[in-house]
Amino acid sequence: MDFTIIAYAIPFLLTGAKTTLLISVFGVGLGLPFGILVALARTSRNRLVCKAADAYCAVFRGTPMLVQIFVIYYGLGQVGFLRANPVIWWLIGDGLHAAILAVLLNTGAYTAEIFRTAFLSLPRGLIEAAEACGMSPWIILRRIKFPLALRQALPSYSSEVAIIVKESSLASTIAVLEITGWAKRLMSETFAIMDIFIITSAFYLTLNVVGLTALKLLERQLWFERRLTRTKPTSPCPS
Amino acid sequence: MFETFWSLIVEQGWGLALLRGALVTICIGLAGMVIGLIAAVPFAIARWQRVPVLSQVVDVYSIVVRGVPGLLVIYLLFFGSVDWVQKVAVAFGYRDVAESAYPSLIGILAIATISCAYSVEVMRGALEAVPKGLLEAAKSLALPPRVAFFRITLPLALRLALGGVNNVWQMTIKDTSLVSVVGMQELMRMAAIAAGITRSPLLFYCIAASLFFAMTAVSQTLFGLGERHINRGFSGG
Repeated sequence: MDFTIIAYAIPFLLTGAKTTLLISVFGVGLGLPFGILVALARTSRNRLVCKAADAYCAVFRGTPMLVQIFVIYYGLGQVGFLRANPVIWWLIGDGLHAAILAVLLNTGAYTAEIFRTAFLSLPRGLIEAAEACGMSPWIILRRIKFPLALRQALPSYSSEVAIIVKESSLASTIAVLEITGWAKRLMSETFAIMDIFIITSAFYLTLNVVGLTALKLLERQLWFERRLTRTKPTSPCPS
Repeated sequence: MFETFWSLIVEQGWGLALLRGALVTICIGLAGMVIGLIAAVPFAIARWQRVPVLSQVVDVYSIVVRGVPGLLVIYLLFFGSVDWVQKVAVAFGYRDVAESAYPSLIGILAIATISCAYSVEVMRGALEAVPKGLLEAAKSLALPPRVAFFRITLPLALRLALGGVNNVWQMTIKDTSLVSVVGMQELMRMAAIAAGITRSPLLFYCIAASLFFAMTAVSQTLFGLGERHINRGFSGG
C-alpha cells in the first residue's frame, strides 16, 4: 500500500462521506415514517388505499434502484408541467435532491414490507383487549400496535439501514459525488485501484458498523425483559 | 401521442433493441447467479466445517462484498483488470476478441462475485439448519462421509436454501443493471442509449422498469412453484 495515495484520497473520500451520510440520514429519517405509513395503508380496510400501497411496493421492490433514480432524474425532468411546478422541480431538478427522493421512495417500499409483516404478526387478543378498554384507533396504534411492531421489525430494519447506505452509492450515476463517485474518480486518476478500493470499503464498513451498533443499542433498549432484569438487584454471590 | 410511441418503438426499432438488452440482462444474471452459487457451495462448506484460514478468508470476502455497494465492486473489477487483460490479450494475439468480449466477461464475473458473497451466507445457514440427528443416523449406518454428504446433507440443505436463493436471485437480476455504468450493452444501457438519441428518457426508462418488473415477477412465480414442488411431503409445504 502506498501511503501518499492514502493521504491524498482520504480528504476527497471524507467529502464524499458527508454526501453519503446526508442521503442516508434523509433515507432513514424520512423513509422510516413514510414506510410505516405505507405499511398502515397496506393493512387498512379501505380497498383502494390498500391496493395502491400494494402496487407501489411491488413496483419499487421489483425494479432496480438504478432505473428508479433515472426515471426520477432524467425521465420526470422531461415532463413539461412538472418542470413548471417549482416544488416538484426543486425536488427532481437537482441531482442530490433527486437521489434523496429516489432513496426515500425505494426504502419506503422495503420498510413498508418489514412493518406490514410486523403489524400482521401482532397477537389479535392484545388489540381486542385495547378495543374492549375503549381506546380510540389512534391510541391503539400509538400505544399498542406501534411499540410492539417496532420491536418486531427492528432487526430486519437494521439490515435495511445497511442497504440504504449502500444504495446511496447510486447517486454517483447522476453526477452526485458521494463516496463511490469519488472512489471512481480517484481510481481513474491514480490507477491505485486496490488501494482506493480498500480505503473506500473501510469507509463503508465504518458507516455500517456505526449504524448497526446504534440500532442494536436501540433494540436492546426496547427489549423489555432486558430492562426488567437490569432493574433487578444484583445477587451478592458471584456466579 | 400514440403515433410517436409507435414510430419510436416499432419503426425505429428501439423496442427490439430493448428486448435484446433484456435478453442480455437475463443471460448475465443467470450466468452470474449460477457461477456464484457453484462457487458458494465449497466456500459455505469451508465455513460450515470451520476449515482454518479458508474459513476466515471466506468470511472477510463475504463481509466486505456485502458491506460495500455493488457499484464499487464493479469498478474494482473493471478498472483493476483493464491493464492486465490488455497485456494478456496482446501477448496471445487475441486483441480483437478481448476487446469485444471483455466487458461481458468482467460483467458476469462482477455479478458472480456479488451474488456469491450472499449465496455463501444462504448456503452456510442452510447447512447448519440440517438436523443433527439425520447426520448422526447416517454415521450410525456407517455411510462413508462423502456419501452421507451428497446423499443426505446436501439435498436437505438445498431444500432449506431455496428461499434464500430466491432472494439472492431477485437481488442479482436487479444488480445486473449496475453493469451498464461500465458500458455493457444490457437492458439499462440500451434504455440509456435510446433515451439519449430519441430524447425521451421517461418513455424508455419506464419501459426498462417494466421489463425488469416482468422479469422479477415471472421468476418470483417460478420460484414459488419450485418451492411448492420441493417441499411436497414436508409438513406445511
